[in-house]
Amino acid sequence: MFGALELGLIYAVMALGVYLTFKVLNFPDLTVDGSFTTGGATAASLIIAGVNPFLATAAAIGAGLIAGYITGLLHTKGGIDGLLAGILTMIGLWSINLRIMGKANLPLLREETVFTPLRENMMLGTWLSIGILLAFTLVLKFAIDWFLTTDLGLSIQATGNNQQMIRSLGVNTDNTTMLTLALSNGFVALCGALVAQYQGFSDISMGIGLILVGLASVILGQAVFGSRTIIMASLGALLGSVIYRFIIFLALRAGLDTNDMKLTTALLVVVALLLPRWGFLRRIPSLRNRGNRAPARPLEGTVDTPDQMAGAAAGTPTSTGKTEG
Amino acid sequence: MLKIDSISKTFFPGTVNERKALQDVSLELDESDFVTVIGSNGAGKSTLLNTVSGRLPIDSGSIRIDGAEVSRMPEHKRARYLGRVFQDPMAGTAPDLTIEQNLSLALRRGKPRGLGRGTTKARREHFKDELATLELGLENRLKTKVGLLSGGQRQALSLLMAGFTQPRILLLDEHTAALDPQRAALVTTLTEKIVSSGGLTTLMVTHNMEQAIALGNRLIMMHEGRIIYQASAEEKKNLTVETLLGEFSKLKGASLGDRALLN
Ligand SMILES: Nc1ncnc2c1ncn2[C@@H]1O[C@H](COP(=O)(O)OP(=O)(O)OP(=O)(O)O)[C@@H](O)[C@H]1O
Ligand SMILES: [Mg+2]
Repeated sequence: MFGALELGLIYAVMALGVYLTFKVLNFPDLTVDGSFTTGGATAASLIIAGVNPFLATAAAIGAGLIAGYITGLLHTKGGIDGLLAGILTMIGLWSINLRIMGKANLPLLREETVFTPLRENMMLGTWLSIGILLAFTLVLKFAIDWFLTTDLGLSIQATGNNQQMIRSLGVNTDNTTMLTLALSNGFVALCGALVAQYQGFSDISMGIGLILVGLASVILGQAVFGSRTIIMASLGALLGSVIYRFIIFLALRAGLDTNDMKLTTALLVVVALLLPRWGFLRRIPSLRNRGNRAPARPLEGTVDTPDQMAGAAAGTPTSTGKTEG
Repeated sequence: MLKIDSISKTFFPGTVNERKALQDVSLELDESDFVTVIGSNGAGKSTLLNTVSGRLPIDSGSIRIDGAEVSRMPEHKRARYLGRVFQDPMAGTAPDLTIEQNLSLALRRGKPRGLGRGTTKARREHFKDELATLELGLENRLKTKVGLLSGGQRQALSLLMAGFTQPRILLLDEHTAALDPQRAALVTTLTEKIVSSGGLTTLMVTHNMEQAIALGNRLIMMHEGRIIYQASAEEKKNLTVETLLGEFSKLKGASLGDRALLN
């Protein structure tokens, strides 16, 4: 129980990163699987080399920033499709991660980590550790909320919302895209570093499939908390991660083993994406229709008649998705 | 102010799909000139505006704004000179952001964007004053997401966003075409108001001849990538739809069925 809560909160850091790319930037970034491990690998090998665990964690963030930036470069300057750019970085990172670690698995037994103070005082798995982790993730969440409402943050939101418009207002969308991808993967790598230290080892395959975990968290959070405002959407990502861990926890309780969790996660995401098709939980569809930048149907009463709207929207290539209706 | 010097633009050159969208076009706008642009479908009107804004690179020629050569400048850098409103009401605003956030984005057009608050109290007051001039009641809906506004409201907002930062040049591409007549009239009125109160140098594409005659101090007609008729400020005062139709009928290959003539 407490373990699931702690894990949920730690992985919430990654969910916040995924929220930045998937929801804010509207960019399906698959770098995550690689950059998560990069974070874990960087932190673990530095800690083993005797570096202060907090410094090692900071270095992991730096590595993640670079990884995200590379995906951004491939996509913006190289003109490579976003999905493919992420995959390329992710695959390339596999070798780099192995180089960083020197071998496939780095145990952190008896090493000093950021969790050592908690562990030594027997406070892991108590409300205290959960409170600390919650406070930490909330600080990150509020940092994102604040950032997204600055002039720079607004231009990032607009980049994900209407590139043509924000470019016509003088924003270099290549830069906002690269910046957001870097930040997002910084969060993801931070999460990887924390997970490695929490579980006591870094492993070359620790990141596999994590993009789905991040997605599941964002979608679950959105289903529960909605996404009307940034404050709610980022809170949704954070708590979605906790909800996800509970579902996994329950699935394990129900007799599934850890090897079944990838399939469970995939099914969870599929179900969450398909539910709105069946007329239930209408708040979710925007993720499935990722390419749909046009808004959902406007509220009645505030707008022209539908015919007029249809006429007005006739020039929009991104037509409204079927599920919106 | 704006000096377009024999620019050309060909799409898909050397292929069967080759389209000469602009052929040796020259045009000069002085401070506070308001030029309306008419012409048949595919005449190159949008292409002309898109090359000025930097959305499309030109093949040859030069474009100067305030004496500065801008034809190699990327779109986002040219934005500091230009306010733009697109034909599609969805194109000029970010639907998931609020009215005040959209205005904040427009307020920083062409300026560096840092970590200052996007919507400060002072900005909000300024936005309220500006929105009040639209007389659409939007000043009371600063926190409404723009995606919830009607096409006409969004277009009015786009116009405000393009004009309230005093761009050197305002580019309007059939910005009333997607609206029903009533809302189109409203946006046209707002256009006049914003252009005249700011003394903005404006290039406006329309396919409505009456509108093209009624607005602005100069008029150009385009056909097949060329400017084929120009009315100076003097000539434009006495210009009628008949004169324009006459000019148009002189062209071989132009059909009276063209959309531009049906209005
Ligand atoms: N991005 C593009 N790629 C290829 N061809 C284009 C592109 N944009 C315009 N064209 C072609 O260039 C020519 C001029 O198009 P343009 O859009 O400038 O016409 P227009 O005068 O704005 O017409 P309309 O009144 O229909 O808007 C047309 O033949 C068009 O097919
Ligand atoms: Mg056009």
